[in-house]
Amino acid sequence: MSKILIIAEHDGSILNSSTAKTVACAATIEGAEIDIAVLASTAGPVAAQAAELESVTRVLILERPENEQAIAAILAPQIAALAGGYSHIFGPSTTFGKDLMPHVAALLSVNQVSDIMAVESSHTFKRPIYAGSAVATVEAPGDSVVVGTVRIASYGAANGGNSAAIESADVSADLPSHTRILEVQSGVSDRPDLQTAAKVVAGGRALGSEEGFDLIYRLADKLAAGVGASRAAVDAGYVPNEMQIGQTGKIIAPDLYIAIGISGAIQHITGIKDAGTIVAINKDEEAPIFEIADIGLVSDLFNTLPELIEAL
Amino acid sequence: MQKILVGLKRVVDYNVRVRVKSDGSGVETDGVKMSINPFDEIALEEALRIKESGQAAEVIVISVGTGDAQQQLRTGLAMGADRAILVESEGSVGSLGIARIFKSIIDRDSIDLVLLGKQAIDDDNSQTGQMLAAIWGRPQATFASQVEWNGDKAKVTREVDAGLEITEVDLPAVVTVDLRLNEPRYVKLPDIMKAKKKPLETIAMADLGVDPGPEIKELSFEPPAERERGVMVDDVAGLVAALKDKGLA
Repeated sequence: MSKILIIAEHDGSILNSSTAKTVACAATIEGAEIDIAVLASTAGPVAAQAAELESVTRVLILERPENEQAIAAILAPQIAALAGGYSHIFGPSTTFGKDLMPHVAALLSVNQVSDIMAVESSHTFKRPIYAGSAVATVEAPGDSVVVGTVRIASYGAANGGNSAAIESADVSADLPSHTRILEVQSGVSDRPDLQTAAKVVAGGRALGSEEGFDLIYRLADKLAAGVGASRAAVDAGYVPNEMQIGQTGKIIAPDLYIAIGISGAIQHITGIKDAGTIVAINKDEEAPIFEIADIGLVSDLFNTLPELIEAL
Repeated sequence: MQKILVGLKRVVDYNVRVRVKSDGSGVETDGVKMSINPFDEIALEEALRIKESGQAAEVIVISVGTGDAQQQLRTGLAMGADRAILVESEGSVGSLGIARIFKSIIDRDSIDLVLLGKQAIDDDNSQTGQMLAAIWGRPQATFASQVEWNGDKAKVTREVDAGLEITEVDLPAVVTVDLRLNEPRYVKLPDIMKAKKKPLETIAMADLGVDPGPEIKELSFEPPAERERGVMVDDVAGLVAALKDKGLA
């Protein structure tokens, strides 16, 4: 039997959907018994959301003022102290989990399986390498705890409707004071969240400017879609970094993805190839994006987009 | 701040289209161009800028691998690093082993700051910096897109899913760098000549007495599931019709 501990990602009041997707991955391990750990200064609301997730046995609360913000060096020693008795410790492969989980793994003296996209058995997993150009099947040692992160685009969220037990967990750990979060700058947007949106419209360098990107927002609003961008568009300063899709940005799996003025480098494709339907609009008919697009249109975006926004 | 250690991993070049070998035993690396992991190059550039601003005395580059990694270390020296360390290993070493090797060099050479790429573009693991911070008991600031160095502290702007997070860490620390931190310099021919005279120390991994820990085994490799090329439409009307057909508009 596998006893799995999942580290909840949250902002203090809302459980991030990455947690429900991590649960969905863990639930594919045969005989999995799943607990979720919520580390927070006030864990109540988040723990209640975690307890609703299908397949979860217990929600463990680790409440202390130092857990107000997610600092790996603060959270990891508490998780390591809680690890005894668990065969697996999983977190989401978001920037939260990527920052935290290797720190946990090192405290437990094991390597980490990053970006699990499929479970083959309790200790064997598939994961993408080389920006998704290859898929490796890897095996973690059977005699030590498996620490892993879950590629959330590979999983749908676990269902709700459960009412798992909520318990507080007492762990003693020495916590450092050498790291302080001063500020979080987050773009406020009414649009659907890029990582969970059913539809996403994304623009590339071809938009030409921050103002040019306005066409992307208008199309997105027409479709009630989230908005993303290629690395080139972020580098050029048209949009902020949290909109970047790809190997070094967000990995997404919407039902509909519309790539506009994005050539489709492998590093971008790896972030979208789990999308249901991919639409590409590009001036260059040789653009690699057309090799993977379900619907392609070769045209100048500045002519096409106003027409498309009008037609929808 | 005195000494900065920068990790340089030898990887298949960014521009190479990687292919899985037909027997599934690995990816094709024969005759393929190898380079410094691009994120590591950015880490080195940052270290050099710190030194050039008078805030560091020495920049040391380190790589773990076979003798071939000397090429990447020489490139690092040509960019401006003062000396290089090659820790020679035959088989591949996991992130935990790499972190433990770096820790042993930190102790030996009294390192004050470690700059690493936020991930390697071959295994895409994104682990070594975080593991090193855990083992070292020092702060980690991952995914840095901007860093201000102020004496015994650093203010690091981190690129996170929510946007930007500004974190202050006490030094010594581990900082892993993201793409937008800087643009690495080009190496000039005279620098390549000069780099040949700079010290490159080779240490056998066994001599460091580092236990790499339990390794994760790579059993097999396969190409990713391919998406089929779809249909091309001629105009906006065709696009809208195709979307409606799929119930998406």
